[in-house]
Amino acid sequence: MSSHDPSNSPSSDPSGLGALGSRARFGHENYINANYGIKSWLLTKDHKRIALLYLASVTVFFILGGIYALTIRLELLTPAGDIVQPMTYNKLFTQHGIIMIFFFLIPSIPAVLGNFLVPLMIGAKDLAFPKLNLLSWYLYLAGALFTIWALLNGGIDTGWTFYTPYSTTFSNTYVVAAGLGIFINGFSSILTGLNFIVTIHTMRAPGMTWFRLPLFIWSHYATSLIMVLGTPVIAITILLVAMERIVHIGIFDPRLGGDPVLFQHFFWFYSHPAVYIMILPSMGVVSELISTHSRKNVFGYSFVAFSSLAIAVFGFLVWGHHLFTSSQSVYAGMIFSFVSFAVAIPSAVKVFNWTATLYKGSISYDTPMLYALGFIGLFTIGGLTGLFLAALGLDVHLTDSYFIVAHFHYIMVGGALMGYLGGLHNWWPKITGRMYPEGWGRFSALVIFVGFNLTFFPQFLLGYMGMPRRYHAYAEEFQVLNVMSTAGASILGFGLLIPGIYFIWSMRYGKFAPANPWAATGLEWRTASPPPTENFFRTPVVTWEAYEYRPMEEMEVIGPDKEQAAQPAHGEATT
Amino acid sequence: MSEHIVSKKLYFIIFGALMVLTGLTVWVANLDLGRLNTPVALAIAVTKAILVVLYFMHVRYSSRLTWVVVAGGFLWLMIMVGLTMSDYLTRGFLTYPR
Repeated sequence: MSSHDPSNSPSSDPSGLGALGSRARFGHENYINANYGIKSWLLTKDHKRIALLYLASVTVFFILGGIYALTIRLELLTPAGDIVQPMTYNKLFTQHGIIMIFFFLIPSIPAVLGNFLVPLMIGAKDLAFPKLNLLSWYLYLAGALFTIWALLNGGIDTGWTFYTPYSTTFSNTYVVAAGLGIFINGFSSILTGLNFIVTIHTMRAPGMTWFRLPLFIWSHYATSLIMVLGTPVIAITILLVAMERIVHIGIFDPRLGGDPVLFQHFFWFYSHPAVYIMILPSMGVVSELISTHSRKNVFGYSFVAFSSLAIAVFGFLVWGHHLFTSSQSVYAGMIFSFVSFAVAIPSAVKVFNWTATLYKGSISYDTPMLYALGFIGLFTIGGLTGLFLAALGLDVHLTDSYFIVAHFHYIMVGGALMGYLGGLHNWWPKITGRMYPEGWGRFSALVIFVGFNLTFFPQFLLGYMGMPRRYHAYAEEFQVLNVMSTAGASILGFGLLIPGIYFIWSMRYGKFAPANPWAATGLEWRTASPPPTENFFRTPVVTWEAYEYRPMEEMEVIGPDKEQAAQPAHGEATT
Repeated sequence: MSEHIVSKKLYFIIFGALMVLTGLTVWVANLDLGRLNTPVALAIAVTKAILVVLYFMHVRYSSRLTWVVVAGGFLWLMIMVGLTMSDYLTRGFLTYPR
């Protein structure tokens, strides 16, 4: 520790520092400049540094998964299977799915933004178990290494779902190695979830009651419950597949007395809730963004909070809707169909409440807000098309068609990825202490929105017309829509490159960020940007409710609270 | 939280009970109880698991929060088994030609 005098005031005069040049050091000791060297990062127990380690690793996997996606779209540009062999195509979509789901989407928001923000938002110095937190990152890396080893040795072709008997009898690819990677990675997820649950229960600052918690925390609490309750099931299921492949015990193979549909039950018991692991944190981010950038209290706070828990619980009761065409009993199908429709209720509560929050709000179209608004629209489309698929009859027509592909990409990319990007922009000033370029941010958000819709909306039509998923060739009449989709994918890929470039640029050349560039109310904004290692110079005492926002004009007249008054105004910080 | 000290004697009693139940499993495996074969084997296994959880894992002497966590885990297991069985047990209800 330096002799820097700790005070509760946010970073000292950020605008003055900017004049020192692009390489100027931060004016206060913070978690980034506290110590240097590779060891101080790889052995850190600071949740903020671990979040950055995760940020770097999930970005690598996102790029890898994206390259697979672009190769798939390139193959589907023409009806004939001309770029890759059919078996290679199987590997492409399998590896795209495995990497994007297990190594990008599931850890993205919880392990990056959640890791960074959960302690800051509740006024804690760190997570409850800092060493477990570091261990979870190493487990993630170990799982990733196994999976990469499988990819380099020839890949895996079962589909990301590992359905038996594709993954047992009919596959000679590296199922066990990739499965082991996901098994190990699952423990990383469990440790993160456990850490969040204990932290939220035991480490809230004085005055931070449950109903003063930001909704980001509620959604992470719900997500953590799913991680802890669901992940062990996928781990054991993958282990059973490995046991059947290696020592031929009969779990899923009928010749050995097993049942292949049992795999689907076990797999989706985790993997359907896993969809909520991806989307719930994103919903938490969107609640924060909507209220901050429309300067209003979230409409119906407790409904939004409890809808997160309701989604987490209901999410465990709907997995059978993946089995409507897999010889599942129609009576079970009716139960699962009914409960699947019921999940729409808490999801709709959120969408309506965000919309009601916007009503008469003082809305600013900053980059994070553009992503949040995009999320609402895209998630609504993704959710409503989910109801098509929850209907027993219509599902028979749409199952395993491009309609499914479009549906879950609207949820996972339109939902989870939009939330992740919006959150990354919103908290980038806090994470790095630097502003991203706002103009480029808005431009890329729009490019991504257009590219995304052009990629995936035609796929709804393709699926409804009967184009099946997972084939590398298709009938001539589907080409126009496929060309649109591939064009959209290139626009989407280009759009995603822009933030990749300016985020890296801003880490060195971006303007210094004030402690609270959005004039937001959360505890994380009441400490310096970037925060000191111990997060707060003094333990905060919370005496206010969540989201006590006032319109920006009103704040300019009567002034924000004292801490914020020292900061540059909103407009200065963003331009 | 005050640590409850479990006597060595109790550990040995539980260990003995687990051994007896293991012997019972082996013995029952040699009997043909018809449809009861699986339920009986599972009942013995569950009894053993409960003994381990309560005594070896000290759940019996833990806080109520620990009880909630353990009960939650069991509830979720029941959800998984229950809804899966809603498929398997009702497959024969429809009499369409196979």
